[in-house]
Amino acid sequence: MARAAERLVKALTWGCATLSLFGLGLITLFLFREAIPFFRHISPFSFLGGTAWYPTQEPPSFGILPMLAGSGLVTAGALALAVPFGVAVALFVGEVLPRGLRDPFKVAVEILAGIPSVVYGFFGLVVLGPWLQGRLGLPTGQTALTASLLLGVMALPTVASVAEDAVSAVPDSLREASLALGATHWQTMWRVVVPAARSGMFAGVFLGMGRAIGETMTVLMVSGNSPVWPPSLLSPVRTLTATIALEMAEAPVGGLHYRALFAVGAILFLFTLLLNVVGDLVAQHVGGKR
Amino acid sequence: MKKVWERFGVVLLAGGAAAVLLTLAAIILFLALRGAPALSWEFITAFPRRGMTEGGIFPALVGTLYLVVGTAIIAVPLGVGAAVYLSEYARGGTWVRIVRVGVNSLAGVPSIVFGLFGLAFFVKALGIGVSLLSGVLTLGLLVLPVVIRAAEEALRAVPQEFREGAYALGATRWQVTRSVVLPVAMPGIITGAILALGRAAGETAPIMFTAAAYYTPRLPRSPLDEVMALPYHLYVMATESTFFWKTRHLQYGTALVLLCLVLVFYLAAALIRARIRRRKRW
Repeated sequence: MARAAERLVKALTWGCATLSLFGLGLITLFLFREAIPFFRHISPFSFLGGTAWYPTQEPPSFGILPMLAGSGLVTAGALALAVPFGVAVALFVGEVLPRGLRDPFKVAVEILAGIPSVVYGFFGLVVLGPWLQGRLGLPTGQTALTASLLLGVMALPTVASVAEDAVSAVPDSLREASLALGATHWQTMWRVVVPAARSGMFAGVFLGMGRAIGETMTVLMVSGNSPVWPPSLLSPVRTLTATIALEMAEAPVGGLHYRALFAVGAILFLFTLLLNVVGDLVAQHVGGKR
Repeated sequence: MKKVWERFGVVLLAGGAAAVLLTLAAIILFLALRGAPALSWEFITAFPRRGMTEGGIFPALVGTLYLVVGTAIIAVPLGVGAAVYLSEYARGGTWVRIVRVGVNSLAGVPSIVFGLFGLAFFVKALGIGVSLLSGVLTLGLLVLPVVIRAAEEALRAVPQEFREGAYALGATRWQVTRSVVLPVAMPGIITGAILALGRAAGETAPIMFTAAAYYTPRLPRSPLDEVMALPYHLYVMATESTFFWKTRHLQYGTALVLLCLVLVFYLAAALIRARIRRRKRW
């Protein structure tokens, strides 16, 4: 009796694990199944390198270079904000803040990650965008800069939490050895803790980058969405994610436009997969050293 | 001289951290102040009226609750089951490594890509159509990696001695898992599930093409009906509706309700976690 129950549970939980993997594998399969036929009509070269995106014109043109650049620009801007502040938060929480205050501070940073992206987008649309427009004298507040600032805030918790894990994983014996040699608290932090936690910090940057590239609603609402080439920080841009969100509803199922949007999705998928794998490898490298 | 520089460095770090806290406080306070005047009993319990320029958000609120409950039904049992397998039944081995790598790498896939998949697979290929069910399945897949990771972490945090003690008394693996490991890991598993559902409640991109409707005159009656949802409602009201500049007060109200809903999830998770820390005696 106990034997049968034992087998059943093992099979059941194995089923759960396998089904989870299967569901996640289906995503890959369907994404590429819908995207690959697109490249029978349009060469990958003109898709990735073309600067004109007119999917509904006759003949249509499908060049995503402006969106690749838009995503890249917005992500770079976000990281310029998220990396220094994220690392500062990690060091402050891990090395400066008294132990009792660490958890409340981490919860606050977690809440920053929990605010829905559509709420950030709304905030950018009605507050930050108009404010920047007035401040900088721009024709519109919906710019790459607005999106970068918001995405920076959104990617910061990812960078901070991964970097903080790395900082708190540095063994106390290293700190004690450094202090015993007469180094100050600050020297210990910069010359001992930061180098020891470096890989973890890089992992945080990769994961934060993935978060920024994949974000949809916020950029959709605040970046203006015009696929101009070349993009600039103070004018509207269009990202890969926003393109899918904007046009999917109008694209006839199975048509070239529909498949083009799946191809954009497949590119996003590959990008973020790569960033995640690299981030995980770098993070494991930290574990491997000890 | 050196001392002064070091003080300056610490102040700089503290300033950076304080700036982050201030940003959080500013966003929440601003939305609370602007949103509060729109809140009323009617706002929570009435349908939108006059082309969404008046009335409340009742169907969107109910729709979001349906989506969250549905996501929990899909993702929590499956995720916890998978975590039990990974942590208790199969230590090591290629299959486990494949499952773990798959789950980990898909945790970072953008939510809009899940939306695309939901459209291609659930809505079109399976023919479920744009519906609550398609949305729940898509959101369930989206949060599955979060549930699995959190549950596995909670299970692994149970000290090995607990298991060994139970085995020494002659318990089988399932008896050990059910009566020793799961009860100890339960608060951690619940925390992870709550965080995952908080994420599901706020997501827009995965339900845009799979479940969400701009407006429905009544609440969904079956899982095959379209639903309104708070995040999508806010997005449409703020950007696409005909008189979006006239309904800003309703939009602030919607944003505040959505924010509060998600914050409740996060605070609940934080409280449970704080309790675990306090009670932990091993």
